[in-house]
Amino acid sequence: MTVSRQELLIHTIGRLLLPCRSVAVGASSPIPGAGALLARHWAAAETPPRRLFLTILGSRHLNAMTSGGVELFDMAAQGRIDAFFLGGGQIDGEANINLVGAGGTYPQTNVRWPGSFGSAYLYYLVPRVILFREEHSRRVMVPRVDFVSAPGPRADGVYRPGGPVGLLTNLCWFSFDRRRRRFVLETVHPGHTVEEVRDNTGFDFDIGGDVRTTAPPDAATLETIRGPIARQIAEAYRRFVAQVFPTAA
Amino acid sequence: MSQDWLRSSVEELATQVSDGAKIAVPHDGLGVAMETTRALIRRGVRDLHLVCVPVSDLQADLLIGAGCVRTLETSAISFGEHGTPHRFHAALKAGTIEMRDATCPAIHAAIEAGRKNIPFIPLRGIIGSDLLTHRSDWKVIDNPFAAHRDPIVLLPAIRPDFAVIHAPYADRDGNIFIGRQHDLAVMAQAAIHGALVTVEEVRDVDLLASEETAAGTLPAIYVAGSAVAARGAWPLGLADHYETDEAHLRDYSQLARTADGFARYLDEFVHRRRQAAE
Repeated sequence: MTVSRQELLIHTIGRLLLPCRSVAVGASSPIPGAGALLARHWAAAETPPRRLFLTILGSRHLNAMTSGGVELFDMAAQGRIDAFFLGGGQIDGEANINLVGAGGTYPQTNVRWPGSFGSAYLYYLVPRVILFREEHSRRVMVPRVDFVSAPGPRADGVYRPGGPVGLLTNLCWFSFDRRRRRFVLETVHPGHTVEEVRDNTGFDFDIGGDVRTTAPPDAATLETIRGPIARQIAEAYRRFVAQVFPTAA
Repeated sequence: MSQDWLRSSVEELATQVSDGAKIAVPHDGLGVAMETTRALIRRGVRDLHLVCVPVSDLQADLLIGAGCVRTLETSAISFGEHGTPHRFHAALKAGTIEMRDATCPAIHAAIEAGRKNIPFIPLRGIIGSDLLTHRSDWKVIDNPFAAHRDPIVLLPAIRPDFAVIHAPYADRDGNIFIGRQHDLAVMAQAAIHGALVTVEEVRDVDLLASEETAAGTLPAIYVAGSAVAARGAWPLGLADHYETDEAHLRDYSQLARTADGFARYLDEFVHRRRQAAE
């Protein structure tokens, strides 16, 4: 069975989230949302069944909160959010992320992105932040971000129980070594190579002992992703599901 | 029963916002007062300080494009899957608005401080972000209660003149049903004069009579004025009532790519008040 790029990413995210009790997914994030739903599906199938609390911003049914937008941030501060996703128009080798803009002089940047959203808070407080950016190019993976929306972990004495566990892209999965402040290439997706990752990455990174191929989903998991998971994520991301899982829409 | 809180029209409601006012607005899905926004543009309001709680999309782009905004405080302006906020980008490039980039919990916290009418509030995170570099009004102190060094950010309170919101309905006494959108109540309470509210309808009920509805109610004491505006969030959605008009947002984003296209949009949908067929 052919596994699509999106299905591989959803599966990889599901595995990363499996240990969690509580996961939140931000705006404009259909693949992380589907990955979180997959982790919830697996947790419910354990013996005994385990509950994974899931909040997908922009969804009304997949929402474990009752008191408006502020609750996500308060829950994160309370230690009640185990995992969250952040991306960026630029990401650098120290895991600084930029959601504001590039080139020019702030605020008159040549390119303007939406803004920092909750990143300058959640990046410090959520223990398992997964950096997720599909485009893997030297335009995105830069030596140094032009604007730091949220800084990577550093020894500055700032209260920081959270931080990035790694970076998932269309090419690979890097873990992040918080002590050494460097990404470590762990797995490369099927059909891609370490050289391709190196050619498309503007920052230096380490290479783990032996770089494996990112594990694809087995047939049963693929069926779950294409059926129930696609249907559930459609509530918040109709267009995404219509494009990627046309039979589920 | 006197209904002195009920204005005869959205236009009349919009006259309460003077030039230079600071207004707080919610994000898509929570009850964005789009008809009030159009009335403000028709009135030609100027120099608004727009506080997006904590982000905005079409509402901010329209107000900025129409020249109503002097200061923009927000954590993001995004149309998500539905296009690009071109008027926001154009205003940044031209330097016609003062930009105050923030992060969502900072705006929530500053509004919460406004609600308590305390001068500032501490918040975790932010230190090391360039947001702090560009926000001279945000300060870092050492936590005075800690045994060892513990830097933390202080944010000044935000007390807007008004919160501007749209909601499903008002009861006969002017109490507003907001459901689980507690953020709207916090914004209304933080506002010096309270909330300017449009509602889909006024119902002959008492929201405070039962625990089930009272928990989702913004009491009338926090309301500075209301008006009926059916489909008042259009083209944005209102939970349980109507969905976002995605096609309209995409059309808007296309038109607003140029100043001319934006002017045509204003003429058709704001000044001549065309609405899409329901």
